[in-house]
Amino acid sequence: MGRKLLLDKVGIVGIRSYDVYRENGGYSSVEKVLKTMSPDDVTNEVKKSGLRGRGGAGFPTGMKWGFLAKPEGVPRYLVCNADESEPGTFKDRYLMEHIPHLLIEGLIVSSYAVGSNRTYIYIRGEFGWIVDILEQAIAEAKNNGWLGKNILGSGFDCEIYVHPGAGAYICGEETALLESLEGKRGNPRIKPPFPAVKGLYGCPTVVNNVETLSTVVPIINMGGDEYAKYGTGKSTGTKLISACGNINKPGVYEIEMNISVEEFIYNDEYCGGIANGKRLKACVPGGSSVPVLPANLLLKTAKGETRMMTYESLSDGGFLTGSMLGSGGFIVYDEDQCIVRNTYSFSRFYRHESCGQCSPCREGTFWMEKILWNLEHGKGKMKDIDLLWSVQGNIEGNTICPLGDAAAWPVAAAIRHFRDEFEWHVTHPEEAQRRNYGLAGYAEPLKAGV
Amino acid sequence: MIKFSEEKLKQVEKIIARYPEGKQKSALLPVLHLAQQEFGGWLSPETMDYVASLLGLLTIEVYEVATFYSMYNLKPVGKYVFEVCQTGPCITRGSDDIIKYIGERLGIKPGETTPDGLFTLKTAECLGACGYAPMMQMGKGFKEHLTKEKVDEIIEECRRSAAINN
Repeated sequence: MGRKLLLDKVGIVGIRSYDVYRENGGYSSVEKVLKTMSPDDVTNEVKKSGLRGRGGAGFPTGMKWGFLAKPEGVPRYLVCNADESEPGTFKDRYLMEHIPHLLIEGLIVSSYAVGSNRTYIYIRGEFGWIVDILEQAIAEAKNNGWLGKNILGSGFDCEIYVHPGAGAYICGEETALLESLEGKRGNPRIKPPFPAVKGLYGCPTVVNNVETLSTVVPIINMGGDEYAKYGTGKSTGTKLISACGNINKPGVYEIEMNISVEEFIYNDEYCGGIANGKRLKACVPGGSSVPVLPANLLLKTAKGETRMMTYESLSDGGFLTGSMLGSGGFIVYDEDQCIVRNTYSFSRFYRHESCGQCSPCREGTFWMEKILWNLEHGKGKMKDIDLLWSVQGNIEGNTICPLGDAAAWPVAAAIRHFRDEFEWHVTHPEEAQRRNYGLAGYAEPLKAGV
Repeated sequence: MIKFSEEKLKQVEKIIARYPEGKQKSALLPVLHLAQQEFGGWLSPETMDYVASLLGLLTIEVYEVATFYSMYNLKPVGKYVFEVCQTGPCITRGSDDIIKYIGERLGIKPGETTPDGLFTLKTAECLGACGYAPMMQMGKGFKEHLTKEKVDEIIEECRRSAAINN
């Protein structure tokens, strides 16, 4: 069994309630920091831990906290990003549903570190029942003296509020999230200024993901140096992976970042292999935005090394032969899945979720969806594949926020690795209208595609 | 004339109090959720105007938000709204068949409401339940691991509870 730091207590009956959580050592990190540490000490432990943002970008959390401007007399805010909407990702939801006090505890410690007296959890509106779970956990924490004024006599005041969104993927982008929290449309802001300088209500703000903030708890309990001994290289600690698609055991797994992709897919402790005795065709390892990889490049890098479940290994080879760990949304395709169809579905998603501010994204996602619809429905032409390639290339890097890139990358990777499948849709228009393609050959080793 | 009950008005005050003084615009999204729930499952122009007056906002500030977010219904919907996820991970687990099946069972296409006003079928983009696919949102909760049998049961359950409430 791999070591766990976040989900280790999830099996305990009643852990969702305050009493059981507390009996099992809950809130000890709050006692520790309020009684023995300064806010900067907390930030330093997080820096030493090597923790990287678990929302997808993988930016070092301690460094992000270090950037926070601290002008006199101006409030600072901590905002928890619980707008989990990246296709393939459902880990934050799992954490909040099963062990909500871990997030609340992490939020109190992190609020102390950044100096936030009013902390918000921005949760996607569709998670209505989780709003209730969190509000109950907050009320319990408050009744037991972990929130409110002068917590544990430390002089530190903190309140946590839950703010539901209303259905918009773009609000997972931190500046769009802040706009939405201010009661506006979720249009991302131009950066700089970064939220660390000008965030919520124009005040210095830190926005962190649910899993990131929960991980602060074990870091404080065990110390940053000890935490950094978990995992490998710059991928320290554990990571929640939400596995879905054609596998035997879809679900949320906490892995120590030292196992191989092959072990994650085939070991019974995790995905338990491909469902229905089929073969592995491809995988999107980090949420819909990251490049899809064919089986051969998924299990081994282009250099022939074993591909590991780490930030570095999954991105080895760049976008030509690698992908990204991203949010940990691990989508597995068996030999019957159609890459064109799935790419079309992702393009439809990004077209639907584009906020419409930037022309390359607003128009580009529309055209990508249209071209892919034609190809998928047997109405495509060979030159459409090149047109699609050109459109995605004109979106990437030309927009205010990364949604444009996120829409372009999966299309680019699908064409790069599965061009013949796109061509097959053009040459076999009638068969293409059947639901799946089923090119089982992709389960066999291929030479590295370009 | 649309108006929240005293109890709901207290709830609105509590929502506004979550935000710093003078920042009551932040309460807009949660108050719109409450209004949609209270006033027939959708946001009519009259409802939006009322919310604007409650929060001291221009009506356009409410309209531009209500039209941006997918959870706000801008037309009337059925008593039960089935929002079935149609994004990639759900496709790999057969969401296409489930959407088709629900449509056949209810005799409507996505975006439509049954003539008796009981059901609305909508397709949705990723709802964050990929490991429990195919799935749909219904009210405040999710219905997961959908099969044709499970869909039948859900429809029956809705019909039964609607008959009791009438």
